[in-house]
Amino acid sequence: MEHSNLKRLVTSMKQNLFDQGYLDEQFYELENLEDDISPNFVEEVVNTYFKHSSRLMTNIERALETNPGDFHKLDSYMQQFKGSSSSIGASKLKNECLQFHEKCEQENIEGCRRSFQKVKSEHGILKQKLEAYFQLLRQVGPGDRATSSN
Amino acid sequence: MSVATEAQYHVLAVDDSLIDRKLIERLLKTSSYQVTTVESGNKALEFLGLHDEQRESPSVSPNNEIEVNLIITDYCMPGMTGYDLLKKVKESSSLKDIPVVIMSSENVPSRINRCLEEGAEEFFLKPVQLSDMKRLRPHILKGKMKEPQQQQQQQNNKNKNLNNNSNNNNSKNNNIKLQAATKEKPLMKGYLKKEQGLDSLMAIV
Repeated sequence: MEHSNLKRLVTSMKQNLFDQGYLDEQFYELENLEDDISPNFVEEVVNTYFKHSSRLMTNIERALETNPGDFHKLDSYMQQFKGSSSSIGASKLKNECLQFHEKCEQENIEGCRRSFQKVKSEHGILKQKLEAYFQLLRQVGPGDRATSSN
Repeated sequence: MSVATEAQYHVLAVDDSLIDRKLIERLLKTSSYQVTTVESGNKALEFLGLHDEQRESPSVSPNNEIEVNLIITDYCMPGMTGYDLLKKVKESSSLKDIPVVIMSSENVPSRINRCLEEGAEEFFLKPVQLSDMKRLRPHILKGKMKEPQQQQQQQNNKNKNLNNNSNNNNSKNNNIKLQAATKEKPLMKGYLKKEQGLDSLMAIV
């Protein structure tokens, strides 16, 4: 009983993430790559992503403070961020990265700063949501995971 | 590791992004390829045994006579770009027959054309997906057909030159074909996955 409730919760959590635009179909692609040999592939990739993106964000923050004129550098960091966000299906985050990119193109430093705050905020939200999701998923157990909603 | 009874093709994947390396590795392994991932063009050339222009070795790694059947590389990398790597591979007499596929997160037609003209077999738009993996095999098989030449080339340069001419013609045709296909592909990419239904289509757009 308890277990099937958990499964339902996991399914609805995931559905919400999609409905609210946090994730896009690339996330399904990741799930399709999980199998008996790599049952936790998605979680592993997402964890790697957050480690990597947190470092990138620190770099961007530092660059915004110490070298705000170097839009090329800022944009380069953000391209990396956008790329890996896209690779895990982080849709909203990817869009915020695009906004930042546009501000860089306009060489609008204040715009960059504001945009970066949004990126930071979305990043934090997604991290929280996905951490909760994976925690629940772990409780459900690998054998019984809710099937992907392809 | 011992050789599998079925031919297991070996793909060298090059990408400076750790996430994307993990992804491409998983994609390739799921599609039954042997995979080596490296983080830069330089490391790729090292692996391929091409340390410097003068001292070339056949497409076997110095380590284990590992053959590379296809190179898939990101375009945007610091230092040596995927395009630079492509050029070096195609300029190398020992490596030029290895098919090269370029990946990029940006759909820039001039970039795509430049790569195809330089000899890339195909251009994948990132994020690369499982369905893209099916497109690798024909290129690998084509590369395998050129293999006997690679092994003989040091003994028989004349043969090599003759084959180069016919290969160039073939690859030109392929490029034209692929150019058309790949030009459409980025636009189509979203559409092709939409077999699932209109909802998915709207989600992408």
